[in-house]
Amino acid sequence: MSKNQYAYAVARIRALEVSLFSASTIEQLMACKDEEACLRFLADKGWGGPDVPLEADAILGREREKIWETIGEMHMNMDVFDVLSYTSDFHNLKAAVKEVCTGKSGGTVFYEGTQIPGEEMLRIIREKDYGALPESMREAAAEAVDTLLRSCDGQLCDVIIDRATMEAILSAGEKSKEDVVRDYARSTVAVTDIKIAVRCARTGKSLEFMRRAMAPCPGLDVERLAHAALAGEESVIEYLQTEGFAEAADALRESASAFERWCDNRVIHAIRPQKYNSFSAGPLVAYVIARENEIKTVRIILTCRQNGLPDDAIRERIREMYV
Amino acid sequence: MLSAITGNGWALLGAALAATLAGCGSAWGVGLAGQAASGVVTEDPSKFAKVLVIQLLPGTQGIYGLLVAFVALSRFGLLGGGGTELSVQTGLMVLAACLPIAIVGLVSAYHQGKTAVAAIGVVAKKPDQFGKAMLFPAMVETYAILSLLISILAVTSIPV
Repeated sequence: MSKNQYAYAVARIRALEVSLFSASTIEQLMACKDEEACLRFLADKGWGGPDVPLEADAILGREREKIWETIGEMHMNMDVFDVLSYTSDFHNLKAAVKEVCTGKSGGTVFYEGTQIPGEEMLRIIREKDYGALPESMREAAAEAVDTLLRSCDGQLCDVIIDRATMEAILSAGEKSKEDVVRDYARSTVAVTDIKIAVRCARTGKSLEFMRRAMAPCPGLDVERLAHAALAGEESVIEYLQTEGFAEAADALRESASAFERWCDNRVIHAIRPQKYNSFSAGPLVAYVIARENEIKTVRIILTCRQNGLPDDAIRERIREMYV
Repeated sequence: MLSAITGNGWALLGAALAATLAGCGSAWGVGLAGQAASGVVTEDPSKFAKVLVIQLLPGTQGIYGLLVAFVALSRFGLLGGGGTELSVQTGLMVLAACLPIAIVGLVSAYHQGKTAVAAIGVVAKKPDQFGKAMLFPAMVETYAILSLLISILAVTSIPV
């Protein structure tokens, strides 16, 4: 698709960006006293729809569908969005591997709208028809099945598939002609590596485990990060401060939820330049990420309201908005 | 082969280039801005009038090209089918006089189209900034007007 062919799609996205939630809209949502008031506020803002019940899952699920309906109406090459779907695709792979290898069925939840539907994924794993999987999944699928059958180590199985997910995201980002896809991929992988390092430091994992779990990423020395994690969380914080992740270090010192918020905010910072781009798929990718972030933030507020958390605790978890 | 072209032939070529190149630039610019305008109207039909005005901005180069072509053809009596028999030298002068609007019209309409798309993006998000948004593509118009001026002055100054 020629870059100029994005003029229609980008202009449409610009018109849609007006209805994205700003920080002040999120403040208004937070001012709602209980979950029911929050849901009514969302309905007033056009969330859900006439046939959607006033329930959190139904409204948020419908909003997610709306994102892809809008993108689908633009009749553009969907390859550029692949990088956003890898997390769901690999989640389905992980779920199918566990269901097949443990023989426990019924509790598995697959994401819908993925490249390979859940039932098909189960068939592939059951019949070991790895050739039917995308190339980035084949090796990880075979290794995960083999590992789980031999050692019954569910955590190792997760590590194998999560590492493959990150490698697939990074590879798609590096191959993409869109800067936003590359920046998103690098940010996602860097943030995931840092999360792994922090968790490993807290649980005292071995260097070998960390090497297996972390994916190499431009702008992040994974080997040094793993060594820092081996020495403890304080060493990870020191490493982050010296390697240009000072905000992550501050967030880690503050609290776990502040760190989670920083992770999501970093991705939003990576896509923000797309607000000023008129001739590429970048603003479309940024819109999808911004909508996902918006839905995630609303879900956090609703969950906190359900559980009666104080405003300060909610505010600590609120993500930055794209607009 | 070029020596076989008469003065009237060169003059016609100049008029044709002015109308064609400037017209092509405008068609491209208005088309691109139209795509963006359609995108905005799909989501918010109330912005139709504003985006239409911006979409039309790159269309002026085509009009300028047509104007220069028309002046050139009528000045040398070529519109009526007969007219003055121009020398090769005069014909080449007419061609040269038409080139500013032909070339600048093409290039400026191309860039004005792209600027108009960006301006439509501004209106989509901040309709109250319509006046400012329209100024950005309008700035590109300056150079089309300058070339129109030179082409008109040159065409009307050529002695017949």
